[in-house]
Amino acid sequence: MGLALLCIIWLITFVSTYFFAAKTWWLPKGVAAAAPSIDHQFAFTYVLMGIVFLAAQCGLGYLVWRYRDTGKARAVSYSHGNTKLEVLWTTLTAILFIGLNLMGSPIWAAERFEPAKAGAVPVEVTGMQFAWYFRYAGADGKFGATKPDLIDPSSGNEAAIGLDTNDAAAKDDIVTGTMFLPVNREVDLSLRAVDVIHSFFVPSFRFKQDAVPGLIIHMHFTPTEVGDYEIACAELCGLGHYKMHGMVKVVSQADFDRWLAEREAAKQ
Amino acid sequence: MASTHVVHAHAAPQGFIRKYIFSLDHKIIGLQYYFLALIAVFTGMFLSLLMRIHLIWPTATLPLIGEIKPETYLGLLTMHGTIMVFFVLTTAPQSGFGNYFLPIQIGAPDMAFPVLNMLSFWTTFVGFLVLIAAFFVNGGAPLHGWTGYAPLSALPNAGPGQQLGADLWIASIAIFCIASLMGALNFITTTLDLRAKGMTLMRMPLTVWAWFITAILGLLAFGVLLSAGILLLLDRNLGTSFYVPLVVVNGQVMGHKGGSPLLWQHLFWFFGHPEVYIAILPGMGVASQLISTFSRKPIFGYRAMVYAIMGIGFMGFMVWGHHMFMSGMSPYSAFAFSLMTMAIGVPSAIKTFNWLGTLWGGKIRLYTPMLFAIGFVSLFVSGGLSGPFLAQPVLDIPLHDTYFVVGHFHLIMGVAAIFGIFAATYYWFPKMFGRKMNETLGRIHFFVTLAGTYAIFMPMHYLGMAGQTRRYSQFTEVAYQTKLVPLQTFMTYAAFVTIAVQFVFLFNLFWSMKKGEKAGDNPWEATTLEWTTATPPPHDNFGGRTPVVNHGPYEYSVPGAARDYTMQTDPATAPAH
Repeated sequence: MGLALLCIIWLITFVSTYFFAAKTWWLPKGVAAAAPSIDHQFAFTYVLMGIVFLAAQCGLGYLVWRYRDTGKARAVSYSHGNTKLEVLWTTLTAILFIGLNLMGSPIWAAERFEPAKAGAVPVEVTGMQFAWYFRYAGADGKFGATKPDLIDPSSGNEAAIGLDTNDAAAKDDIVTGTMFLPVNREVDLSLRAVDVIHSFFVPSFRFKQDAVPGLIIHMHFTPTEVGDYEIACAELCGLGHYKMHGMVKVVSQADFDRWLAEREAAKQ
Repeated sequence: MASTHVVHAHAAPQGFIRKYIFSLDHKIIGLQYYFLALIAVFTGMFLSLLMRIHLIWPTATLPLIGEIKPETYLGLLTMHGTIMVFFVLTTAPQSGFGNYFLPIQIGAPDMAFPVLNMLSFWTTFVGFLVLIAAFFVNGGAPLHGWTGYAPLSALPNAGPGQQLGADLWIASIAIFCIASLMGALNFITTTLDLRAKGMTLMRMPLTVWAWFITAILGLLAFGVLLSAGILLLLDRNLGTSFYVPLVVVNGQVMGHKGGSPLLWQHLFWFFGHPEVYIAILPGMGVASQLISTFSRKPIFGYRAMVYAIMGIGFMGFMVWGHHMFMSGMSPYSAFAFSLMTMAIGVPSAIKTFNWLGTLWGGKIRLYTPMLFAIGFVSLFVSGGLSGPFLAQPVLDIPLHDTYFVVGHFHLIMGVAAIFGIFAATYYWFPKMFGRKMNETLGRIHFFVTLAGTYAIFMPMHYLGMAGQTRRYSQFTEVAYQTKLVPLQTFMTYAAFVTIAVQFVFLFNLFWSMKKGEKAGDNPWEATTLEWTTATPPPHDNFGGRTPVVNHGPYEYSVPGAARDYTMQTDPATAPAH
């Protein structure tokens, strides 16, 4: 029985570790400025926890086999513990865990403590059951007013977010269902939700933030590669949660300017 | 036989109803809780099976159940989580085994407040019925998940199931909170006031410590959830705006103004995180008890274990914000919550080290209860080590609300706690029913369940890293997620096998009550007080005697002693530690 137990614990441990180590399933390729540091912290935590996992599981399997009762008379070490050992492993664990925390903190601070820098592209993201809308401020650089009683989801885009067309600042606002972003330029994101909580999750950007009704949450990130990336809603928002899907198209600055100009022209 | 000298003793009742239905006997109440949890766990498991089937065959029509729509799936998900967390993980380890064995292990004739005890069980039972009723009302079960985030949970028109179903869900939780508060008071008073002579705090078995600290957590946590639930009911039915700001649902402006969705999350997780420890601490107590008993060795670092339980309980109230790193909460507070969360890993690690230290140099008897205790340690380690990922806000960015989280909490608070329940069941069954459970069936149950649960929940970590979001009823809409379905398929097959083998357990449980090998008073040669009394214990637990305690709880293989275990009640002449 001791051997069977050792085998199953070790087998589970090695199979699990194999798929972690082989990276059969892994984070998607990171294409935002923050991705390398987040991925580095992830990998570092991963290796440390992997070592502890292997050591603890293999140790557990070994001990139950090594010290199983075989029916033979054998002295059992009568001990109530060892204070030195307790202090040692408490200290080591504390250093490991607190150290990991401190290592990751500067990355978090850079992402969340500071606002977007000057020159970032302002984009407003609005979540509603079950769609994302993206608003660009237009030539005046200002977002126009929105009004709750103007919200009409069935009409989509401008009407869906309740854009007040009587407001001068709103006249050149562009609202779309697909997010366009220029590459290598910081995005100054304003996140809103009109009904329930949604969560704006772009795995490739290592970006996630809840959109909460009643709050406008400012965030920033910088996409670094041209391409199409998927947005998945990450906060349960109702029966259509699974299909609250969107796309980010990261394009060159020139393509971005051209796209914006076309949209402005179409609006006039 | 009922002694008038014993405080709180009451005469053994006559008649079926007083004896088995509205019983005041903590042992019967413990069993009532256990069997309620048994019904609940099979219900919850069945719901999870339906979910797993729907995830990989989204268009399948099932016999009797029919087509599973997205809202049906979310209803299953809400009910699965709620049933499992409240009516299984809180009910069986604490209220079930705690009720049965805490008084006996401290040498008391019953709980301090037997009537309150009966009330708390029947209140829990009503709570369960109210919850199940949510399936059968118009609109069906609520789809807001077991965490019931507002405004989704607060707006009756936010989706099917959000009408009466959601009200029933909140009512059920409120009822459960009231029951748990009654239970917690009883556990705390009993532990503090009814210990036998010589049963000092530092001679209490670690199971008792775990139940005691868990009761304190329950007392502090359930009151908050109860209040939060009442406010949510007010928002839903009386037009208040505690949790709901001005919102527009499907073009319709709702009448709310100025409420804070984050307030619900703060209140919920102020309960919710201690709840995780409410579920797992009793399992830790059981693992400690069993590992010491079956290794024939004193527990390694008894005091460290007690302080670790206290530390986990204390710090458990200061980490709730780690559920909210992505919620829009201040990023500065994330910093503090993260640090506390990493710190709470330390006492958890101490416990693991001490379990390994206890095994070291022991003479390990690998009976089924011990197998499950070892399984508990393995699962606790596996589930625990994903914690330091999620505790770092910066890693929570890719991992929050993905399957990584689902894998993490299922391993540590789901399956590990369930292994604690299994271990306790196999261990105490002989005391409760006078017979042992079948070993062969027990082993089959253990090995398949261990391999099976790992096969279901370990891949969730891979899925989460790849960005698979939780609470999706289908993976058909997001291209990168569709690619991950083969792994989901594997997990569903693993779930079929794992669930099937639970019927072996169920069979063993009932078969052994009638046909199992007869057990004496102390079949495992254990030391704590429940093994000093008759099997099953008499109505007042010790047949008119009041035990006197002379030893710590885990005196195994004491040098010079006649046998390799020294009962807590053995004369003090045996070599003291």
